[in-house]
Amino acid sequence: MIDSLVLAILAPLLGAVAVTLLPSQAPRLGLAAAVLAAAAGLSVTAGVWTNGVLRSELGGWGVPLAIALQADGLSAALLGMSSLVALSVSLYAVGYFKPSADGEPTADDATARHFWPLWLLLWSALNALFLAGDLFNLYVTLELLGLSAAALGALTGSREAVEANLRYLLVGLLGSLIYLLGVALIYTAYGVLDIGLLAEIVTPGPVAATAMALMLGGLMLKAALFPLHFWLPPAHANAPAPVSAALSALVVKAAFYLVLRLWLDLFGPITPLSAANLLGVLGAAAILWGSWRALRAERLKLLAAYSTVAQMGYLFIGFPLIAAAAPGPARDNLIAAVVLLALTHGFAKAGLFLAAGMVKKTAGHDRIDDLGGAAQALPAATFTIGLAGVALIGLPPSGTFVAKWIMLEQSLIMGHWWWVPVIMLGTLLAIGYVFRVLSRAFNREPTPYRFVSDARAEVPALLLGALAAGVLGLAAQPLWTLLLHGVIG
Amino acid sequence: MIATQLLYVGCGILLLILGLWSFLVHPPLLRKLIAINVMGAGVFHILVAIAYRGIDTPPDPVPHALVLTGIVVAVSATALALAFGQRLDRDDDR
Repeated sequence: MIDSLVLAILAPLLGAVAVTLLPSQAPRLGLAAAVLAAAAGLSVTAGVWTNGVLRSELGGWGVPLAIALQADGLSAALLGMSSLVALSVSLYAVGYFKPSADGEPTADDATARHFWPLWLLLWSALNALFLAGDLFNLYVTLELLGLSAAALGALTGSREAVEANLRYLLVGLLGSLIYLLGVALIYTAYGVLDIGLLAEIVTPGPVAATAMALMLGGLMLKAALFPLHFWLPPAHANAPAPVSAALSALVVKAAFYLVLRLWLDLFGPITPLSAANLLGVLGAAAILWGSWRALRAERLKLLAAYSTVAQMGYLFIGFPLIAAAAPGPARDNLIAAVVLLALTHGFAKAGLFLAAGMVKKTAGHDRIDDLGGAAQALPAATFTIGLAGVALIGLPPSGTFVAKWIMLEQSLIMGHWWWVPVIMLGTLLAIGYVFRVLSRAFNREPTPYRFVSDARAEVPALLLGALAAGVLGLAAQPLWTLLLHGVIG
Repeated sequence: MIATQLLYVGCGILLLILGLWSFLVHPPLLRKLIAINVMGAGVFHILVAIAYRGIDTPPDPVPHALVLTGIVVAVSATALALAFGQRLDRDDDR
């Protein structure tokens, strides 16, 4: 019996090897690997749900020598989300990179050939990152993720895409080197890298503070926290649609997951409140700046990318609230709310980018002002944009609504009222940018009778949107149960 | 021998700062790439220095493993960045 933790990393990795060896069968093999990888990821989530924290030490070596894989509630929640999103992205990619009808090789074919190996590698790195149990493996998986993400983002080969992703690659490298320096510092001081062992021996002091500043600083670059977000909008807006979806929904979320993991497991108890407040202030600036730029964006994909900058801001507002809350149900609720926000944004943004890709493909461009006809000709894609919009704004019954409610409630209870106007204003701006897109879809041409135009591409996007807007809010309770294994309670 | 170790760590930090400074202020891609590699060399220098455990004890293998992995990552990232740069250059020529 192969460990499901190992399988979640191995399935996409072997898939990547298979599609590299047999490029002619890439879509079929890639899809098979995607189904297997998603099943393995979801089985890890189910395993944590029933049995609690899962751990496996590769090769049978004990800690601190082994490469340990570990899944607790937090990693299981993110792994479950990323499995569903990645499976939808894979389904969508099969339709998106369809070979041309007349059998002539096109530029699209080359893109498609390079898409599958890189995409499966990225998925493997992502799963490994969620399951890694020590600081150095986190560095390695972070690098693998950054490299494959930059290569994927530049797939179209256009000048803007290559330039944006070159910048993303260099910024990512800088971020990981700074993180690695923090790891070196931790190892010098404590002599272990396993997060569980470190949590027991780490003590407040200049070494831990410097290491934390370095590690979180490096990760903030990768999580695109304002003002370090400058690389994100061009990189995400110029990638092919399935790649944009994966980058915005999953890759930045991975960096955020690491920040949250380090904070909850290692640094939270030994950090002064001022550090958490700094993260919160940067998050607030990200919300306002990102939403404003999204409102002013001329292109749909750029709007979606700036909206990611803003939504990452909400996640970072969670840190000062979590740090200020006394241990107990209030703090647990805040942690779960932040995770719920991250999950909802993952589904919503992936759905939005996939739908935007459909619109762009039909219209041949994605200038919001001229989208009327194209959006109207694609009812399902437009509906998806609407559903994703519900989740991005935070209307009930989306997961964002529940999460924002908890955050607002706790800020008022603790007297930290200054976060309230920020969250409110961000929500208002989000309403603005979502309706700016939707309003274009109601003014021209008779609406077609078909709801779905290209089922293979539209249905995954639609399901992601529905998950974000409806399911996560109405059925948020399981997340609390899942997070009880490890990070809360 | 603690002085030697400090010397190595100090050199590592110096390399790191030089690399970071050069990375931030020089726009050409090649300079940025060299700068980031110098930075990487600085971090690896520090890691090698902290593996030292005295003249009679074998060095700590864990930091060495970190450095080896780090070098592999740095080489692949540099290669990818150079490929991107070449692509941009070719576009300029056309």
